Amino acid sequence: MNAIDQHTEVAQQPWTRDEMAQRAALDIPDGSYVNLGIGIPELVAQYVPQGREMIYHTENGLLGMGPAPAAESVDPELINAGKKPITVVPGAAFFHHADSFAMIRGQHIDVCVLGAMQVAANGDLANWSTGSADAIPAVGGAMDLVAGVKTIFVITQHMTKTGVPKIVAQCTYPLTGQGVVSRIYTDLAILEVTNDGLQVLEMAPGISFAYLQKHTDAPLLAPLSKIT
Amino acid sequence: MIDKQVDSVAKAVADIPDGATVLVGGFGEAGSPIELLHALIDQGAKNLTVVNNNTGSGHVGLAALIENGQVSKMICSFPRTANSTVFPDLYRAGKIELELVPQGTLAERIRAGGAGIPAFYTATSVGTPLAEGKEQRHFDGRDYVMEYGLRADFALIKAKQADRYGNLVYNKTARNFAPIMAMAATTTIVQVQSQVEVGMLDPEHIVTPGIFVKRFVNVANPAHESQLVNAGRSYP
Repeated sequence: MNAIDQHTEVAQQPWTRDEMAQRAALDIPDGSYVNLGIGIPELVAQYVPQGREMIYHTENGLLGMGPAPAAESVDPELINAGKKPITVVPGAAFFHHADSFAMIRGQHIDVCVLGAMQVAANGDLANWSTGSADAIPAVGGAMDLVAGVKTIFVITQHMTKTGVPKIVAQCTYPLTGQGVVSRIYTDLAILEVTNDGLQVLEMAPGISFAYLQKHTDAPLLAPLSKIT
Repeated sequence: MIDKQVDSVAKAVADIPDGATVLVGGFGEAGSPIELLHALIDQGAKNLTVVNNNTGSGHVGLAALIENGQVSKMICSFPRTANSTVFPDLYRAGKIELELVPQGTLAERIRAGGAGIPAFYTATSVGTPLAEGKEQRHFDGRDYVMEYGLRADFALIKAKQADRYGNLVYNKTARNFAPIMAMAATTTIVQVQSQVEVGMLDPEHIVTPGIFVKRFVNVANPAHESQLVNAGRSYP
């Protein structure tokens, strides 16, 4: 049973991980070269709308990444950036790391979908370190992706497991990049980063603007009323 | 006559001295030159600076080299991985140094080093803690940080095939850092699964031209790190 939104008095139906991925997939144009981060972003590949063709880049050195193989076909030398076994699609190409990051840094990759620890209203992203003293710092390709890819989408739960907002006025964790995020897909809403602040584009069924604002640590711009 | 083949992994790594900087190919287990790393453990060189994307897993390969106390500093982008405990434990104990470099910057530093370019500018890491203390410049409305090219004394890499000139082709995503590491080391040492006659490799398909390779050794059936880790193996 879902909670009742006290502002709308209807049952809240936050989007599932799959629904968030499906919604993000809708916004990726046909013919895009796409890099998917680890976690929920990986699910995006399953929801490409019919009639669209996308080519997946994995930064360890492949364009044309296909789905995970059957257990008996796993090849330890064919893995993705998350070090998981993958397959290749017809027309795929292998290349070395400097070429792979030239594709990223040189702005040849159209869209990158990443997870987040925090996203700020100005598009700042923190997703690599909590900055705590005992953490082993590890960054991988996250800073290269946000600096080089043309459009950065973030998919994340709106709040942490303990209910702390992940969409904030200013990131408190160390940054991955400044002003890099275009759009945020959460379980509660879709938010666009604009010069005026975070514009709400859509809310999950039963989620009111008041509820969304209460659980967001930055001012939100209310969704524009739909023209019918 | 040019013949870059040597007949054992022990001979292949014999001249790596204490204090050397060593580029080690591989992204996770894909492309990790495990047999060369184990030969380096047997050889015993110490106080090494090692460059790799990660820090190995379990107690074999790169993790075993670190566990054996031969590495004083790691330069890498992602020092923790599933089944990776050796480096994190030593790092927390203050017994190993870490230079953390974004993955694409690491790749470009190696490429630049191999191409004779001492430094370059990149937008990667601008405004983050990893840009602190680095020279910055403004080009065409955007900020960039200066990063140095990276050269090394040795590179240990893995390839699929070689001919006696040292021309190389690779296997799938095991290619990763190997071609640029081959360019950036004074002495590049390769383990290959098979050797072919000169002329058998299509010149259009050669990935690493032999000019970047000093010597190679045949390792026909290389171990896979994940299989060794799952079997609970350790080295030595």
